Amino acid sequence: MEAYDTYEHDVLVIGAGGAGLRATIAAAEAGLNVGVVCKSLLGKAHTVMAEGGIAGALANLDKKDSWQVHFMDTMRGGAFLNNWRTVELLAKEAPERVLELERYGAVFDRTPGGLIMQRPFGGHTYRRLNHVGDRTGLELLRTLQDRAVATGMKCYMEVAITRLLKDGDRVVGAFGYYRETGRFLVVKARAVILATGGWGRMYQVTSNSHDSVGDGAILAYDAGAELMDMEMVQFHPTGMIWPPGVRGILVTEGVRGEGGVLRNAKGERFMFDPKYTPPAYRGRHAETEEEAARWLEDKDNNRPPPELLPRDVTSRAIYREVLAGNGTEHGGVYLDITHRDPELVKRKLPSMYEQFHALGDVDITKQAMEVGPTIHYTMGGVRAEPDTCATTVPGLFTAGEVACGVHGANRLGGNALCDLLVFGKRAGEAAAQYAQTATHGTIDETQIREESEILLAPFESSGTENPYLLTQELQAAMQEGAMIARTEEGLSQCLSQVLELQRRAKNLHIDGSRLFNPGWHTAREIRFMLKISEIIVRCALERRESRGAQWRTDYPDPDPEWAGKNLIATKDGDAVKITTRPVPQIPAELAQLFEGAK
Amino acid sequence: MDNVTLRVFRGDASGGAEHDYEVPTFPGMVVLDAIHYIQAHHDSTLSCRWNCKAGKCGSCSAEINGKPRLLCKARVRDYTTDNAPIVVHPLKAFPLIKDLVTDVSWNFRVSEKIAPFTPAADAPKPFVMQQMDVDRIQEFRKCIECFLCQDVCHILRDHNRKDSFYGPRQLIKLANLDMHPYDSLERRKMMHEEAGIGFCNITKCCTEVCPEHIHLTDNGIIPLKERVADIYFDPLMWLSRKLMGKK
Repeated sequence: MEAYDTYEHDVLVIGAGGAGLRATIAAAEAGLNVGVVCKSLLGKAHTVMAEGGIAGALANLDKKDSWQVHFMDTMRGGAFLNNWRTVELLAKEAPERVLELERYGAVFDRTPGGLIMQRPFGGHTYRRLNHVGDRTGLELLRTLQDRAVATGMKCYMEVAITRLLKDGDRVVGAFGYYRETGRFLVVKARAVILATGGWGRMYQVTSNSHDSVGDGAILAYDAGAELMDMEMVQFHPTGMIWPPGVRGILVTEGVRGEGGVLRNAKGERFMFDPKYTPPAYRGRHAETEEEAARWLEDKDNNRPPPELLPRDVTSRAIYREVLAGNGTEHGGVYLDITHRDPELVKRKLPSMYEQFHALGDVDITKQAMEVGPTIHYTMGGVRAEPDTCATTVPGLFTAGEVACGVHGANRLGGNALCDLLVFGKRAGEAAAQYAQTATHGTIDETQIREESEILLAPFESSGTENPYLLTQELQAAMQEGAMIARTEEGLSQCLSQVLELQRRAKNLHIDGSRLFNPGWHTAREIRFMLKISEIIVRCALERRESRGAQWRTDYPDPDPEWAGKNLIATKDGDAVKITTRPVPQIPAELAQLFEGAK
Repeated sequence: MDNVTLRVFRGDASGGAEHDYEVPTFPGMVVLDAIHYIQAHHDSTLSCRWNCKAGKCGSCSAEINGKPRLLCKARVRDYTTDNAPIVVHPLKAFPLIKDLVTDVSWNFRVSEKIAPFTPAADAPKPFVMQQMDVDRIQEFRKCIECFLCQDVCHILRDHNRKDSFYGPRQLIKLANLDMHPYDSLERRKMMHEEAGIGFCNITKCCTEVCPEHIHLTDNGIIPLKERVADIYFDPLMWLSRKLMGKK
């Protein structure tokens, strides 16, 4: 076994996106020594790609807004698969976290009264998305980055963690390698926070960053943690679809929040078709184009346009329009904001203007955008306790997209960024508290040896499989079989393809040295992607109903039996064990809110 | 569609050379797509940073035909008007690690020296700021830290004065903090003495390469130079400020 570097921290944070950095600040402010590991350079996390805003019921524009309405909107949007307590914390604490971010230096757009500007978004009853044009995620991340750096934390940039190290039941550190040199390292910690983000890269059409491969979820799964609701993968309704070089790049929901409308190739505002509005949303949106137009000027007395239905609903509608032959030349629909003042469009949506101009040769102030669903977010993940973000493994905490509990079967736009802040802070505090009493564990050399052998095997292998091409095959299989419309047949076929690719991944071969070798990096990531794909597909097969993002065309309706069940996936040797668990019941005082709202 | 030739620098700190690769093109293709094609089909060891492939993270900075660019925002068709190969090199202003990856850690070390936003204890809660008061700093905050401005700046690129000049990126960071209506720190001393703002002679190369179209020189660096001049080079202003007790 070759030598490796060893570091020691009170708290180790894996991942330097919004959740990881907010956790870092919290743990450091508790007086602890914090180490942060990120796969890329600091500040490049997928959080920077969040565009439209951060939800938080500040009620700067709509005085009727409150945490209670945010709570109800989030539960309804998640088809009630969410953990009510997690949602309660999210809705109650989001406003405070947003104002705190402003005091950390974030500069939000302003209302005429000089407060933080809020915009409407899908599934939110009131204007609730605090934003900075269409680059809110960048603002959040850069602000947290500067604040975290000032705490004196130690950041390990371009380090890939490939295994959590355990001492008995407890997680006591992590093992990985520096991407620059290929050298191994061990980071010992009294508590570990997993904040590694989601997984969209196993699909062909995705808005996700290169790093979003789900390694964190599999690290936790391998360490014995429970994964929950893994079938719930969000398809954002509006990704770029043409030209092919930009396919999947996100077009923010903020376009629709600022008045953008969806039309099919016949020019119809198809979202007004009543068949697309699910029962839980009937009567909540404008029913005529005239009312939707009036809403732009007078939000108090008019209902929002149906383009602002939740993402799962809108994605399905687009999919069905295209299937019905009403799609555009390149298989999408039109998103049109040309009726708005060009200067307003450029000011409120500068990144969209730039991205279509530079990459798609489209001037969005003059031409409609062609859009279609793109993989965007993973609601499922490592099951976390609402108050403490603790996983089922002692010493391991989790927050952000890798964690599961708050979004249920479908996430509302804007709820990802407040999730990062609310639960990043909570995870940091809970991990700090745990670390104050926990001792450092013993590092088990056997685990290190096993992992280093796995890592180095493709260099020595006589196999012929290419990690890049294997990744492409996986993406094709998942895009075909585990996309927006799912069937038993399609999922079963997808599963057998994934299992076959897992078998072939044992014969990966890579060339070159360990010095910044992207082939080597891909060889480890494909194993995480293959495992997580298997779990997604198995859970999607298991849930024989349609709910939120899970649309089974062979079971097209929600099933009351499934309404109260979360799916749990755990490691059972080489097999994935899937069980159901009752969704925690909403207590009477919160359930009453929904009665009052009727 | 047609093929295109990419001429990519391959090597590490000990040296290297350009290599040619044939890559098939498709509509909307960007140079980063071509690099990915090379990794998948020609050489899996070709090193290149990337993450978002949407112009938002600033990871894939490199030099195309000698000009600093984000590989994910550089359209292949813009380089195929003649039949010459597309030449891709790493950033020149930073030490090479391997192929297209350079050691940009200096930027992070400098950034660390800049104190974060610090509001006065009695600043109102919540902040009340008009949009017109924040328009300019919001422009600076669009920065994605791709460091193309650092790469092109001749003070860093040609004269390697990293010992006494922070570079355009960090000056813009200072400008953003200094112009924030509620920041309470005195930052001009740092601008003048440590950040070396006097080194900038306003050639605006940084503005030209900024993928976020930030007017670094006109909106950031020149006003900062004026602020610094107020305190350091105008004795009357200096005295009156001293007497009035203003910063």
